[in-house]
Amino acid sequence: MTDPNAATEFSQVGESSPAQNPADGPHKPRSLWGDAWRELRRRPLFILSAVIIVLVVVIALAPDLFSSRDAGFSDLNRANESPSADAWFGYDNQGYDVYARTIHGTRASLLVGVFATLLTVLIGSLIGIVAGYYGRWVDSLLSRFGDIFAGLPFVLGAIVILTTFNAPDSNPSEFRIIAQVVGSIAVLTWPVAMRIMRSATLVAKQLDYVKAARGLGASTARIVFRHLLPNTVAPVLVYATIALGAAIGAEATLAYLGIGIRSPVVSWGVEISDARDYFQNVPHMLLFPAGFVTVTVLAFVMLGDAVRQALDPKAR
Amino acid sequence: MGRYVLRRLLQLIPVFIGSTFLIYALVWALPGDPFAGKCGQRACPQAYVDMMTAKYNLDDSLIVQYFKYLGNLLSGDFGETFSGNAIGEMIADAAPITVRLAVIAVVIEAIIGIGAGILTALRGKGFLDNLVLLSTLFLISLPVFVTGIVAQLLLAGEWGIINPSVSADATVGELMVPGFVLGSLSMAYIARLSRASISENRRADFVRTAIAKGQPNRRVVGVHLLRASVIPVITFLGTDLGALMGGAIVTEGVFNINGLGGLVFRGIQQKDGATVTGIVVLLVIVYLLMSLVVDLMYAVLDPRIRYD
Repeated sequence: MTDPNAATEFSQVGESSPAQNPADGPHKPRSLWGDAWRELRRRPLFILSAVIIVLVVVIALAPDLFSSRDAGFSDLNRANESPSADAWFGYDNQGYDVYARTIHGTRASLLVGVFATLLTVLIGSLIGIVAGYYGRWVDSLLSRFGDIFAGLPFVLGAIVILTTFNAPDSNPSEFRIIAQVVGSIAVLTWPVAMRIMRSATLVAKQLDYVKAARGLGASTARIVFRHLLPNTVAPVLVYATIALGAAIGAEATLAYLGIGIRSPVVSWGVEISDARDYFQNVPHMLLFPAGFVTVTVLAFVMLGDAVRQALDPKAR
Repeated sequence: MGRYVLRRLLQLIPVFIGSTFLIYALVWALPGDPFAGKCGQRACPQAYVDMMTAKYNLDDSLIVQYFKYLGNLLSGDFGETFSGNAIGEMIADAAPITVRLAVIAVVIEAIIGIGAGILTALRGKGFLDNLVLLSTLFLISLPVFVTGIVAQLLLAGEWGIINPSVSADATVGELMVPGFVLGSLSMAYIARLSRASISENRRADFVRTAIAKGQPNRRVVGVHLLRASVIPVITFLGTDLGALMGGAIVTEGVFNINGLGGLVFRGIQQKDGATVTGIVVLLVIVYLLMSLVVDLMYAVLDPRIRYD
């Protein structure tokens, strides 16, 4: 998906951000994040994306505020009806209210995004920081290990993984359905996070204060957590924001292929998956959940983009 | 240079074995009887089971199976499906269509992406710049299947400009819209990449020198600026060609194109392990070789980079 390509862009941030010197100004020095925050507050795209994300999170936390019907509401007499004042997004072929299902599906979709990103970033950063810090054969070994997963095309790899674990007659629990999708997204995308973390660590490791800390006898754990991590976390966080959007999009794509999340879970992907045989005649069944996916992904991508620019001193 | 190529090729081997073994293990370690449902409504005759077990070495351990398979593959034998079709032939039929689709996608994304990049980088901040920035963000956020379905609903359904599905020949004209859909995401990346690259190089010393020499503006931009700025874009296009072939599965599904994606998807649904592994192995090879070629192209295109 979007991830492998994004790697090159963000590695540059890692190389440039630790190099800037905030103490140049005559006033109290601001940190990198303080600078970035001042920069961000003035950007309309940042404000727009933040508003959308807050709204989506509120919908996920309290769907009942937005829809009086629950996700299971169904009226077969009105199946396939177009959008109206009664059901804003119309009814699907089973008579489900598309608006109610979309609102109630937000939580599962967002959960997939958040957990897939968390897993990707945690695995990737851990391996990346170890590879970058120890270097030599550890680095070569871990980098080649990452290449193995990076070489598999995402959609293809996810299809193979998910069909392997979805045995035909099994009846998995809701938790297992979500965990499988989260796991396969994380397994196939962690090398991107690893490369970003590795290159950021390679730069930070050479800086004087790290050498000084080592000279003073600091332990490896102290160097990594107190000195390296704070300076390598920025590019990874930017990547994580964009990856969160990408994971929500990936969930929808896998669902479109019929192998992602399925009922009894309700998510945007499930709606898209239900719609894929009917959208030629009932386009609103597919377009509304797909529109929610797109707007949410857009918000996260815009947020990541704005933060990346704000953190990059060269862009100012 | 020679030593660098050799080292890179040697490094490819473990990665290649790792990726393909991963797929092989996932496909062949499927839980359940591999012969379930293969012979219609009745159980498979013992003779067939014995034959197939011998053919796929199903009695060996997974690792032995894998290396026997790899041995056949390296001698050019992709094996047969459970129903006895030669997989090599099926791939030979489907691969040209997927390659054509991927090449069309790369050409479209290169033309539009680089064009938008040049335009915005040279004009600087303004309405056009913001427009391109916003539309690239939008394209990045749009899942490919949504782009495909919307294009299909509008162009084929509402306006009747194209056929909703591509015929078996898959001519270049028919593949234009699917190619555009497939390339739309990378198009956005290329536009941003070339914009960043050009605006960085505009301030470079060699551009200032060219202007100071009194070169006409067209020559400064066309020769000095573009040639240096296009390097990262070309390398991106190279890896993208490999990635798009593996990623075409969704686009091929939306437009009913009989390419590798459709073949592999059917293979998975029918639990035909040999087809799936064969195609994935092929795609992994293409991807790995493309990234090697791209690395080498860096040295050819940019004289400042030397591999020694």
